[in-house]
Amino acid sequence: MTATTSNGYRPRPGNHTVVAIVEDKPGVLMRVASLFRRRGFNIESLTVGHSESPGVSRMTIVVDGESAPIEQVEKQLYKLIDVIKVSDLSNEDMIARELCLLKVRCNNVNRHELLDIASVFRADVIDIATNSIILQVVGDDDKINGLVKMCEPYGIRELSRTGRVAMVRGPKTTTVHEPEPEKIARQHSTQGRRVEGVELPFSSD
Amino acid sequence: MAWQAPAGPYRGKRRVQIHWLQEGLCPMTRMTGAQILLECLQREGVDTIFGYPGGVVLPLYDTLPAYPGIRHVLVRHEQGAAHMADGYARATGRPGVCLGTSGPGATNLVTGIATSYLDSTPVLAITGNVSRALLGKDGFQEADITAITMPITKHNYLVMRPENIAMTVREAVHIATTGRPGPVLIDIPKDVFQEEAEFDWPEQINLRGYKPTTEGHPGMIRRAAELIDQAKKPIIIAGHGVIWGNASDELRELVEKADIPVITTFLGIGAFPEEHPLSYGWLGMHGMYYANMAADTADVVIGIGMRFDDRAMGRFKDFNPTAKIIHIDIDPAEIGKNFATAVPIVGDVKRVLPALAGCVKEQKRENWRKWIDVQREEHPSLHIRESRRMLPQYVIRTLYEESRGNATIVTGVGQHQMWAGQHYFYQRPRQLISSGGLGTMGFELPGAIGAQVALPGKEVWAICGDGGFQMTMQELAVVVEERLPIKIAILNNGYLGMIRQWQQLFYEKNFSSCAMTQPDFCKIAEAYGIKAIRVETKAEVEPAIAEARAYPGPVLIDFHVDQEENVWPMVPAGAALSETIEAPAEEMMR
Repeated sequence: MTATTSNGYRPRPGNHTVVAIVEDKPGVLMRVASLFRRRGFNIESLTVGHSESPGVSRMTIVVDGESAPIEQVEKQLYKLIDVIKVSDLSNEDMIARELCLLKVRCNNVNRHELLDIASVFRADVIDIATNSIILQVVGDDDKINGLVKMCEPYGIRELSRTGRVAMVRGPKTTTVHEPEPEKIARQHSTQGRRVEGVELPFSSD
Repeated sequence: MAWQAPAGPYRGKRRVQIHWLQEGLCPMTRMTGAQILLECLQREGVDTIFGYPGGVVLPLYDTLPAYPGIRHVLVRHEQGAAHMADGYARATGRPGVCLGTSGPGATNLVTGIATSYLDSTPVLAITGNVSRALLGKDGFQEADITAITMPITKHNYLVMRPENIAMTVREAVHIATTGRPGPVLIDIPKDVFQEEAEFDWPEQINLRGYKPTTEGHPGMIRRAAELIDQAKKPIIIAGHGVIWGNASDELRELVEKADIPVITTFLGIGAFPEEHPLSYGWLGMHGMYYANMAADTADVVIGIGMRFDDRAMGRFKDFNPTAKIIHIDIDPAEIGKNFATAVPIVGDVKRVLPALAGCVKEQKRENWRKWIDVQREEHPSLHIRESRRMLPQYVIRTLYEESRGNATIVTGVGQHQMWAGQHYFYQRPRQLISSGGLGTMGFELPGAIGAQVALPGKEVWAICGDGGFQMTMQELAVVVEERLPIKIAILNNGYLGMIRQWQQLFYEKNFSSCAMTQPDFCKIAEAYGIKAIRVETKAEVEPAIAEARAYPGPVLIDFHVDQEENVWPMVPAGAALSETIEAPAEEMMR
């Protein structure tokens, strides 16, 4: 077996987990998706949901790092106005999980085998019918792939994965704070918007 | 009915710019969305809107006459409006504003917005959209313009409530004009223009996802200074960012102290005076031979406010493999995008350059300069050969001499653009206005209109190709209507010249769809009421330019230049800078 990191997550070569904290505004998902498409970065999975602060969403994006240098991915994401913070968790001690629902064909004869497999993978049975069973499993890529592989001989009728969510171990966080709003006039004076020899004053003067 | 300012004393608690409606406007006034938009634009210092009306922006046009401080220039095609706003912005450094209706009006703006985006110019594009109830229902003249323009704007907005207009305009102008500038689009549904809301001028904005870095990292600046001090053959490549950062003087101080030769990118022309002894022209596909060689020979390349674009640098993997690159740019995403950088400095050039100048040692690099001087003497890329034909280069050079190098030049895209870049010598920033990144043919006339509107009383020349001119020539009507004294020079060779050149050089002279039957441009100009001069021989060039300059109104000159002249030097597409080809001997004999 290949070596795994301390968190049990075995990164595939070139595969990066990027967390982007974004404004919860219409169109932000499209902005991110369209950026990835245009710059030719391959997305393996993308999940979005609420974060700990209101008005802010958390996106977890798994990028095929071979399609683009990860530094460019981060910098291009930062260029989007609605993206507040970006961090690449791949080099951190992180926990990565995803949830998978699996509907497997089964009958009275082999149901027990399936339940044994499920318990080995600590998967929950959330629905059971005469000729099918739905398993719910939470874990990293390897665990889910392992369960899927074990269920394949029985016949997988349906499979749905949420995509990866991730978090760094320990007290370190990827969060944003509500910043102090800045006076526009001050921003303009520090950011050099003014052009010399202009007759028209700006309202912020 | 036009909106009237309410009576009563000014009770504003804020210190804002005082306007014509100052007396009546208290801080919380009920206004329609259209009034809020125009009030905000006026407070942002907008004095001109280039626009075209349509069904859904009629509420806005209904309100416009109540704001005489805002001049509306009625264009003939929305693409022209976007280019004019761009030309206005490039000529002044202030944001240009264009306006279109929903659907086709908005999509017609797209080419102009993309032009601004690729060249990083601050343009505010405002579009109307169908009423909120009809959004997403494929209503008449509906187009999802926010989605369409997402990849070609720095940011864009769909405003769904009139009370959000003021904050949106403030944010939009802020985003467009700070950091790396760029176009911002605001899409407003028709009924948002009509609905009333409290007008509250926001003093503060809160964009936590947008905080451009302005100060360079002091450690990086020290490392850059060390590298420059040790360098034997350093070269500076100055780009458009030096112009947008207003950092020409700062650049000059650094250069004179450390004695570093300067070349510019095509869009950086004017960032450093071309008559300065340390100026060695500009590099790239049609850059000067010695500039390309200097960049390819240098041991330290200092890119300032430029993005190491393929047209400037040639084939990436063969560009000067031994050079160490120092890259100064306000956009962190540009650093390391195309080349590995030895010293990255993210910041505003206006702040980074003085800091860098303070760290570098004063020294002379005579050997290095002599080496480039020898290259320049042996390969004089800007020499115009003696010929009885009317060479297009000669036309540009004559214009340079006649205007004493003082005119603002606006070009289209193609051979004439390269000649205008090569044979006119620019002394100040914002003197050459051209679509470099997107390469938009047809930019010349509307771009010049925008520049002339921004610079009344200044000499503005539109240098046009006969092909590109026909893409936007309907804007001649605007020249007349707005009484703009623009001088238009068409370098008419009856071909799409750059296409013909490439087909001759790289497609075995298979001249496919490059010859054009041209109309009589003089008659077209006269139909609009514009003075026109046809020039068919070399001897007529000088008097025609002098006549046009002396004439107070607009003039179009149709120069029937030599038809088969090519632009040299040239780096073939996909070749390295070291493979720059100069004009072949047989062409020089023509």
